[in-house]
Amino acid sequence: MKIAIIVFPGSNCDVDLFEALHSVCGATAQYVSYQEKSLAGFDAVMIPGGFSYGDYLRCGAIARFSNIMPEVVRFAAAGKPVLGICNGFQILTEAGLLPGALKRNNGLKFICKTTALTVENNETPFTNQYQAKEKIYLPIAHADGSYYAQKDVLAQLEAKHQVVFRYADENPNGSLNDIAGIINETGNVLGMMPHPERAVEALLGNVDGLRVFTALLAGNGYQKEAIR
Amino acid sequence: MTVKARIFVTYKESVFDPQGQAITDAVQSLGHPEVEKINVGKFFDVQLDPATKSVAQTVSEISEQLLVNFNLETYRYELLEEQQ
Repeated sequence: MKIAIIVFPGSNCDVDLFEALHSVCGATAQYVSYQEKSLAGFDAVMIPGGFSYGDYLRCGAIARFSNIMPEVVRFAAAGKPVLGICNGFQILTEAGLLPGALKRNNGLKFICKTTALTVENNETPFTNQYQAKEKIYLPIAHADGSYYAQKDVLAQLEAKHQVVFRYADENPNGSLNDIAGIINETGNVLGMMPHPERAVEALLGNVDGLRVFTALLAGNGYQKEAIR
Repeated sequence: MTVKARIFVTYKESVFDPQGQAITDAVQSLGHPEVEKINVGKFFDVQLDPATKSVAQTVSEISEQLLVNFNLETYRYELLEEQQ
C-alpha cells in the first residue's frame, strides 16, 4: 500500500506522519507537493496538520484551491481512503469533502495537550482495530478546532454514525456534540482534530494513535507481522 | 473606471463568536454596562473595474468562492465613496 502525504506551504506535521507510517509501521509513504496534479499509483491520501498558507482568511480556505485538491476530490469520489488530521481536517471541510466547519476555540487560546476521546464508530477503515466506545488519549494542538455545523447537518451526522471520535471527560474547544472527528457518508474520508501520528511509539508514552494507521494498512492486505 | 467595494463578513447570528464575547466582557468591565453585545467581523476592500462584469456579480462570485464560509458566515457589501 502506497500512501501520499500532501505537503502544502505551511504544513508542519508531514514529517511526523511520514515517520509514523514509514519508521513505525514499515509502510510505503511518499510526500506529494500541493503543486502536483496526479495521485496515480497511490492507495491512500493523508493531509497533515500545520498552518497551510499561514491560516490566512480561514484555516484551509486557500489550500483547497491548490493544484492537488481536484485530484484529492476525485480520489475520494472513487471511494479510496483519505485522512485529514488537524489542518488536514480543516482543508477537507473547506473543500466540501466533509460537512461543517472548524472555528476558533471557544476559549480563544491555542490548546496543546493530550485529550481523552471516545471511539464512537469502530466500523470505519481507520478505526476497526479499536473497541466500540473505547476510551483513548490523543494530543490536540490547535486554535481553530471547534466543530460547527447547522442543526440538520449535525442530526444527520449522528443518525448515520458519522461521528467517529468524540471528546470525553471535557470538551476543550466548544465543538458541537463534542465532535473531534467525522467521516463522510460513504465512509472513506475521515477528518479529525487530534493527532494520531503523535501517539505511535511506547517510548514516547502513548500508542493510542497507532491503530488508525495499522487498521488502514491491514485493510489493504498489509501484513500485520511487519508492523514494528 | 475603478470602483471600490467593501465586503463585510460576519458570523451568522446562530454561531457563537468567542472573540466578540471576550471583547464584550472587557468593555463591560471597563465601566460600560450599557454595552450589551459586540460581534467581531472582517472586511475586504476590493478595487475593481465594472466594465465587463457588474460589481454585484463580482462581489457575489468572490464571496461565494473564497471570502465567505457559508457554514458559519454571512456577508454584505457597500460601495465606497471616491476619496480625493
